[in-house]
Amino acid sequence: MSGPLVAEFRDPETLRQALRRVKESRHLPLDAFTPYPVEGLDEQLAVGPSGIRHAMLAGGLIVAALAFGLQWYSAVIDYPLNAGGRPLNSWQVFLLVPFEVGVFAAALCGAIALLWSCGLPRLHHPLFEIPGFERATQDRFFLLASAEQSDEAARDLRDVLERSGAVVVTEVRQS
Amino acid sequence: MTAILEQTSPPPYRWIAASRASDLEITQAVAEPLFARAGAAWWISMLLSLVFVLWFAGSIGWLFYKGIGIWGVNSTVVWGVAIANYVWWIGIGNAGTLISAMLLLTRQKWRGSINRFAEAMTLFAVTIAGIMPIVHVGRPLYVYWLAPYPNTMALWPQWRSALVWDFWAIVSYLLFSILFWYVSLIPDLATMRDRTRTRAGQFLYGAFALGWRGSAVHWRRLKTWHTTMAALGVPLVCSVHSIVGLDFAASLMPGWQESIFPPYFVVGAMYSGFAMVIVLALGFRWGLNLQAIITRKHFEVMGRILLMASIVMGYSYATEWFMGWYGGKHSDRSLVAFEFAGTYAPLFWALLACNVVLPQALWFPRVRRSLPALFAIAIAINIGMWLERILIIWNTLSHDYMPSLWRSFHFTFWDWSFLIAPLGFFAFLFLVFVRLVPAVSMFDMRELAHQERAA
Repeated sequence: MSGPLVAEFRDPETLRQALRRVKESRHLPLDAFTPYPVEGLDEQLAVGPSGIRHAMLAGGLIVAALAFGLQWYSAVIDYPLNAGGRPLNSWQVFLLVPFEVGVFAAALCGAIALLWSCGLPRLHHPLFEIPGFERATQDRFFLLASAEQSDEAARDLRDVLERSGAVVVTEVRQS
Repeated sequence: MTAILEQTSPPPYRWIAASRASDLEITQAVAEPLFARAGAAWWISMLLSLVFVLWFAGSIGWLFYKGIGIWGVNSTVVWGVAIANYVWWIGIGNAGTLISAMLLLTRQKWRGSINRFAEAMTLFAVTIAGIMPIVHVGRPLYVYWLAPYPNTMALWPQWRSALVWDFWAIVSYLLFSILFWYVSLIPDLATMRDRTRTRAGQFLYGAFALGWRGSAVHWRRLKTWHTTMAALGVPLVCSVHSIVGLDFAASLMPGWQESIFPPYFVVGAMYSGFAMVIVLALGFRWGLNLQAIITRKHFEVMGRILLMASIVMGYSYATEWFMGWYGGKHSDRSLVAFEFAGTYAPLFWALLACNVVLPQALWFPRVRRSLPALFAIAIAINIGMWLERILIIWNTLSHDYMPSLWRSFHFTFWDWSFLIAPLGFFAFLFLVFVRLVPAVSMFDMRELAHQERAA
């Protein structure tokens, strides 16, 4: 039985071509690792929607509503103060604080949703064991793909990757 | 130290001035200076800025001990340097996020060279801006009363107060900027983690990189978040400086109670911020040998933005004068006359020269392409914008409705301290920043190099 294979490429064009061949040969591309966001790679890998924006919208609106509620409660119910005859519920100026904190809350919810959907923070990962993988954050492009659970399929996948121009193909051992 | 990316001229690409900029070369050009020993220039600047940091700390300590009477403020001119500093610093602070977010939303790919330190500028400037109201309130030990919390006094903040709006605007904006800056720094921290050779470096960069491995899925998610943050950041920035404008506009004073104030403050923020980015970019370019990454073309387009902003500023000033005259109120008309011919008239003319007249030189391509000229104009704009902020305060307060109250402001040593020492503190924060994290976004630069076919 074989684990998924990770192949190292010198440039993004070769990586994308290899990805196309892996898909054509009915193996399963899992992920790619690149030093910068390569345009179109996410579509080739069919990355699904993440729900980050929904989290941001919901978090922002909820916190903004809470902030408005706090102002309304304190200014109307708990500590009514007649300031120059202005209405206790001065909702026009009470919108300023909810906007500010709402935007920050949206940003925070988005950051949490981003990390959550990426499975980060995860300081260690089996891929970090692959020799040379530290170059994925510098100048090399990696493709992670898995074959069906047979030695023959794994051999074929390795063959496809090597013929597509991979510098090295390594098996990922999962703990 | 020689640059890893050699600058070639004329620049072979639009935004990269090197004949070849491979992923590795970009990485090395940005990351290597952080692993090398700091040069003499850095140490000298550091020592110099430390003097200012101590001066700033000492000034704050003396102010806390003696009270705000150490400044030139008096019972008529109740606001002074601290408030002008607050507006000026938060203006610079707004520009970093505004620049980064607007350039991202308008797909200006050259932003990759400047967005990182422009955002860092935001963090540091907003931090300094946040100190100013605290030192100004007179009873700094009660500053926490601005926060709503259940207390035995059964008191709540006054939500109709501009000071309370400021508190929420600064806090929200500072935290937002930290997130915006840090999350987009994660991929570069991962690069640092993978390049550093020291144990402490691996530990710290590794911890802050959160295990980033450059997955295509993660890049996609990061892009989604980052674009959304930019779309949120632009209205947030506009609202923050609008709230600062409301500090004045929500009062009843002549020259302050104007509906133009919020947008006029936002443009001023972008203006002084871009000028500050140019000053910092010139410093980084020289100090970190980034001539190939921050090109002359970058300075030229920033020069164009300055020119545009200076025209809008001139238009705003003219609108203020026109409305003062057209409104027909005696107090407003006499205030405009006081601005041009009163106690602070020389400063007012200097402000017009710095903000409106001098930047018109940027119409000429030769001036935009000359780095010394651009540097001089950027410094002049920063001075002019500070003068604008202080004159908004002084002119109105010195020339209020009641002539028997007219007084002018006189600088004391401590006014100078609060004006000058924060600049050194700002420089100190930047000197620490350039030694700890990459000052240019490496992944954005790699993407740019591939788009420009320089890689």
